[in-house]
Amino acid sequence: MHTYFIRKYKTTMLTLEWLTGAWHWSVSGLLIALVLFLMLFFGEKFGVSTSFQTLCSIGGAKRWSSYFNLDWKKHDWLLVFVVGSITGGLIAATVLAPSEAMVISPETLQELREIGIQAPVVGAILPGELFDLANFSAWPLLVLGGVLVGFGARYAGGCTSGHAISGLSNFQLPSLLAVVGFFIGGLVMTHFLIPFLFTVL
Amino acid sequence: MTKSEVISWYRIQEMFRFQSFHMYGVIGVAVIAGAVVQQLFKSGYINGYQGLKVSPKDKPKTYRASLLGGTFFGLGWALTGACPGPLYILLGHGYWSILIVIASALIGTLLYGVLRAKLPH
Repeated sequence: MHTYFIRKYKTTMLTLEWLTGAWHWSVSGLLIALVLFLMLFFGEKFGVSTSFQTLCSIGGAKRWSSYFNLDWKKHDWLLVFVVGSITGGLIAATVLAPSEAMVISPETLQELREIGIQAPVVGAILPGELFDLANFSAWPLLVLGGVLVGFGARYAGGCTSGHAISGLSNFQLPSLLAVVGFFIGGLVMTHFLIPFLFTVL
Repeated sequence: MTKSEVISWYRIQEMFRFQSFHMYGVIGVAVIAGAVVQQLFKSGYINGYQGLKVSPKDKPKTYRASLLGGTFFGLGWALTGACPGPLYILLGHGYWSILIVIASALIGTLLYGVLRAKLPH
């Protein structure tokens, strides 16, 4: 009886460790494909940036453009997805909170240190230099980045989920071009603009 | 998403610096597994909920918009380290500054809606 409980305790701790530790990339890739499967199964499309269009429509943006003249109730599943994502984040941050800091490539950390970004501490996902609310000098960068994400995703007709995942796995040429675009923009920002922009931090 | 750290700004930086396989692994597995899923639906081997016929639609052939819009999106993705899905997840984590990014993304969307007729597609 005694050994049974010890064994039970050990398995429980192992499961918890597996859940709270970082997950392997293949697990995450499969889970994303599972989300795609569930979306298609229920007759929907998998594309998160459409939620921006939907939110604008709800806010009454059709005053400015017919682009927002849509029946957002058809896309109400997206709002459920948004609420689900926020809840998922909350659970991951509390119940499944990690006990160790993220393991990031040392080369990346070194290059980031040179532009004033320190390595992540335990529990941190984002650098405080950029995302601490009290760090007002970073706000313009967050606004700039946000506008680019919203504008670019809708202009391209999709973001990472709609183009890189759904589109590529359906062999769509426009999606391949969009992903090429993601990398042109991403590489220019990372290697040429960020070193310059971060001097304001 | 959180547990494999794909919502992390640091991971996106690693990806755009080609210093880790992590993000490529996540996206690669998702695309390969996703392709299997889409082919199974297309061939009619599996059906959707209550026998629904699922046929993933082709993306509109707006090649210039894909490339140009994609480039704008990439600039924003590298700067904020978050695409739309992760933005919502990070909000759940209690990163309130993400509200600034989400609000700005809505402004960006609005901007696209207004300018759409004048942009090349």
